[in-house]
Amino acid sequence: MKQQLEAIKNQAMEKLARVSSIRELEDLKVAYLGKKGELTGILKQMGTLSPEERPVIGQLANEVRFALEESISQAKDRLIKEERSIRLKNETIDVTMPGKVKSIGRRHPLTIVLDELKDIFLGMGYEIAEGPEIELDYNNFEALNIPKNHPARDTQDTFYISENVVLRTHTSPVQIRHMMSHKPPIRIICPGRVYRSDAVDATHSPVFHQVEGLVVDKNVTMGDLVGTLQAFAKGIFGENTRIRLRPHHFPFTEPSAEVDVSCWGCGGSGCRICKGEGWIEILGAGMVHPNVLRVCGIDPDVYSGFAFGLGIERIAMGKFGIDDMRLLFENDIRFLRQF
Amino acid sequence: MKAPIKWLKDYVDINVSVKEYTDKMTMSGSKVEGVEDMGKDIEKVVVGKIVSMEAHPNADKLRVCRVDVGNEILQIVTGAPNVKEGDLIPLALVGAKLPDGEIRLSKLRGVESYGMMCSIDELKLTKDYLPDAPDYGVYVFSGEQKLGADVREALDLDTVVEFEITSNRPDCLSIIGLARETAVTLGTEFRKPEVKVREEAGGDINDYISIEIKDPELCPRYAARVVKDVKIGPSPAWMQRRLAAAGMRPINNIVDITNYVMLEYGQPLHAFDYDQIQGSRIIVRRAKEGETIRTLDGQDRMLDTEMLMICDENRPVAVAGVMGGENSEVTENTKTLLLESANFKGSSVRMTGKKMGLRSEAAIRFEKGLDIENTIPAINRCAELIELLGAGKVVRGIADCNCKSYEKRVLKFEPDRINSFLGTQIETGTMVKIFRDLGFEVDEKDMTLVPPSFRNDIVEFADLCEEVARFYGYNNIKPSLLSGKEATQGRKTYKQRMEDIIRSTMMACGLNEAYTISFTSPKVFDLINVPEDNKLRNAVVISNPLGEDYSIMRTTTIPDMLKVLSINYSRNIPEAELFELSYVYLPIEGDALADERETLTIGMYGGSNDYFVIKGVIEELLSVMGIKSFEFRPANDDPTFHPGRTARLYVKGKDNEYKYAAILGEIHPEVAEKTECPERTYVAMADVHVLIEASDTGRQYKQLPKFPAITRDMAIVVRDDIFVAQLIDAINQKGGEFLEEAKLFDVYKGAQVPEGMKSVAFALSFRAADRTLKDEEVNIAMERILKHLNRNFDAQLR
Repeated sequence: MKQQLEAIKNQAMEKLARVSSIRELEDLKVAYLGKKGELTGILKQMGTLSPEERPVIGQLANEVRFALEESISQAKDRLIKEERSIRLKNETIDVTMPGKVKSIGRRHPLTIVLDELKDIFLGMGYEIAEGPEIELDYNNFEALNIPKNHPARDTQDTFYISENVVLRTHTSPVQIRHMMSHKPPIRIICPGRVYRSDAVDATHSPVFHQVEGLVVDKNVTMGDLVGTLQAFAKGIFGENTRIRLRPHHFPFTEPSAEVDVSCWGCGGSGCRICKGEGWIEILGAGMVHPNVLRVCGIDPDVYSGFAFGLGIERIAMGKFGIDDMRLLFENDIRFLRQF
Repeated sequence: MKAPIKWLKDYVDINVSVKEYTDKMTMSGSKVEGVEDMGKDIEKVVVGKIVSMEAHPNADKLRVCRVDVGNEILQIVTGAPNVKEGDLIPLALVGAKLPDGEIRLSKLRGVESYGMMCSIDELKLTKDYLPDAPDYGVYVFSGEQKLGADVREALDLDTVVEFEITSNRPDCLSIIGLARETAVTLGTEFRKPEVKVREEAGGDINDYISIEIKDPELCPRYAARVVKDVKIGPSPAWMQRRLAAAGMRPINNIVDITNYVMLEYGQPLHAFDYDQIQGSRIIVRRAKEGETIRTLDGQDRMLDTEMLMICDENRPVAVAGVMGGENSEVTENTKTLLLESANFKGSSVRMTGKKMGLRSEAAIRFEKGLDIENTIPAINRCAELIELLGAGKVVRGIADCNCKSYEKRVLKFEPDRINSFLGTQIETGTMVKIFRDLGFEVDEKDMTLVPPSFRNDIVEFADLCEEVARFYGYNNIKPSLLSGKEATQGRKTYKQRMEDIIRSTMMACGLNEAYTISFTSPKVFDLINVPEDNKLRNAVVISNPLGEDYSIMRTTTIPDMLKVLSINYSRNIPEAELFELSYVYLPIEGDALADERETLTIGMYGGSNDYFVIKGVIEELLSVMGIKSFEFRPANDDPTFHPGRTARLYVKGKDNEYKYAAILGEIHPEVAEKTECPERTYVAMADVHVLIEASDTGRQYKQLPKFPAITRDMAIVVRDDIFVAQLIDAINQKGGEFLEEAKLFDVYKGAQVPEGMKSVAFALSFRAADRTLKDEEVNIAMERILKHLNRNFDAQLR
């Protein structure tokens, strides 16, 4: 009987090593360990053994059973792994095929630039002030030291609604409204739509967008203006950006400056974008004219301030390499989805 | 202002390269717009003399010349018909550079030519610059020239710098003003002009003319001189060249001299034919009602009483500062001249010029406000040039009617305050030098400054700061960042934050952001079927629009969105989803300004877009904005939209009133056709202000359910005209405390459902917060709901 047990064990082990599917394994398990299985059959014959033999053979039979069970369990693990790996192999997909997504919409490039500007100035403690686009001539011009018949009105081709109402030519009237209703310290930016009587072409639009900034406080210096513009330029165009101020004239600031940034295309060495100049003019700025402060009830002997203004279209076009302003207002989906 | 460098050099040394000069001028405030170097592309072109001329052996139209260029005699073949022996001509030598290329030794019909005679075209010069040049053919020098001399010298070619002069600096609309700025910028010496008038005609000006100013406000000063024995003729070549280089066309000696002085001194002058001035009187007055004048351009001008006129005893003879009159024009027959050098009020000249549609070089200067003290130097310079050119004999004296003598402005000189304003540490001595060089009187004891009379723009402290800053160098100012100032809080307002939320929700819903312009054509109302009497047609009108298409401020954004959709559609883009956050402008009765309403516009076509997609976007927005009470009501009365596929949204405001917030739907097929949009196009227009007012971003967490829900499906058959929203409302009303949600999952019409009816299926879920519900409890609620639906809507369980 002992030899029988050994033989069963060896036979079973050999089969287990060759088993190649779970079903086959289950069959094997039944064939040896099932109620009618070979090992069970042997155990059933235990009664025929002598009392001395019985514990010895019993122990051996149990050992064989354990060994078989152990091997079956190992074989099962092995088979599961094998089958899984086959399944995984069969499930292989082309991972380079396009993904599926409900695509989100895109921010307009003008909004992207506006948001960046807002971020920079909110971080420096500025509020965002707003005001009407259809504006009193007084707020748009006269309060800004541009009386009627002032030659500077020639340079801003204005749309008139009536003699005293205009489409604002800049967001400066928002500054006026803010100064009239708030006491210093004032730190605001005024983003918004503005209007000038320019025919539509690749670089002009009668409707465009501006951001202006205004700071009024005690002891605000021109150095503060330079520092602020520098921080802004680096924020928008990158850490290596330099700025250059050129004296200019605006009726509402004194001293006034036009401000260039080092070219975003070449960094200043001269290229097609900056027409070889190395610099690109992007904004106008200056110290708030004392007459403007006075009109708003702020004493220029106590307070000083600076202001600046820039066109968003121009920055967006520079930043994204957009060569035609009309694209910004045409809203071709293929254009919008590039941002 | 175009300034020829040689002319500037009459008054200042420019000892640096043109590039360095223009850079420095730009950085000190005289922005250089461009540089024109007339001889830039001309090299090895010299003065030659044609010493002989013979017919070409092989060509009828060519001739073979021998040309003396000083050190040698060259054989030149030419086809020019206008040259003859003895002529001095510009000769491009072999190897010469011309604007259009290089000259090489060439053979013309077998005869070698060692160069080329040049026309002004080949030198890229104009007839304005060289008025004696023939229309066709080689240029021939009129005077003596040194043979072999460089033509750039012989033709007096110059470099012309064009400056952008800002409106506060009319003094720089002159060679002298720019020379002064140049001197301060470069640190070189400014040579003040010295003028000597010989007054050869003798006599006394007062015997010739008397001047009366009736409106000293508009004309503070009027000076005149008289010139006798006038000889009208061309001005000399040097003067013509300078005028042409500065952009003025030479005409005759008198006109050229007055223009020359205007360019040089910045003071416009006018010359009258003295014999046409009736009564030997000049009266400066406003025009009388009904008066007219024919100006030098031959136009008859109606005058009004706002306009300032130069008149003789009987009639206007010139429009002050704008243009002369034909009745007193200087002609070939003029024997005696009356020269005017006056000062007029800028705004008056500007207004008159505008009314007449005239903007002469004189008016451009006058309207900016000129130096009252410049009238005399300018008229003297004019007299000097007349004498110098032999154009006439000047009568002794100036008739000078000076009503408002110039008052000096004394300003405090506060170097410390200037430094603290600029954020600089500039030494007082540096400031003193800047001011002195600019022509200020500086009193270092009393610490006062007096700006020169030509600097009307300097009136207070800030102006002084600018003068110091621009010569110290704006870019030498150390940057600082409001250090030591009181901190301020930078924060978006609630409205601004809600705008961000609206934008991000729209984008999350797949809509791309659009920007369209805010003015439009009144025709768009017809395009979207707006009824004749609708208030949308009442728009803010632009009085000087760019054209009808841009003539009103928009009262609706729908046409703009449709335009965007149709552009995309026309470009074969199969689907598009867009939104815009912008404004409409509604006139307010009795208010000068408008009601500017912030508007959210949504538009889509193609793909799986339909009414429920656009509604879904709005529902999502309502959810994100925390607007819980709202109603979508069917809208069949808006002719822009499909009557059966449109709704208006009403939201409950803080006052518990439902307010109109939006319209959304499929556009009417007629509108789709007219706007060239696809037939299934969906738009929505929402009033952002109303949405923000109703919004609530406060959030209270609701515990997540701990016990399972019981779900029951229910399909009922109702009349087709009953809205799902009515059924859901009714279910919610009778659902009891455990009804969690009634969700529509199917609407069916067709077989098995009677005509005029529809089957509507809901999934109802019930849940208790504290225990698992029993079936019986749910059954009771279901029965109650069904009974209610049956009673109110005649609903039958299917």
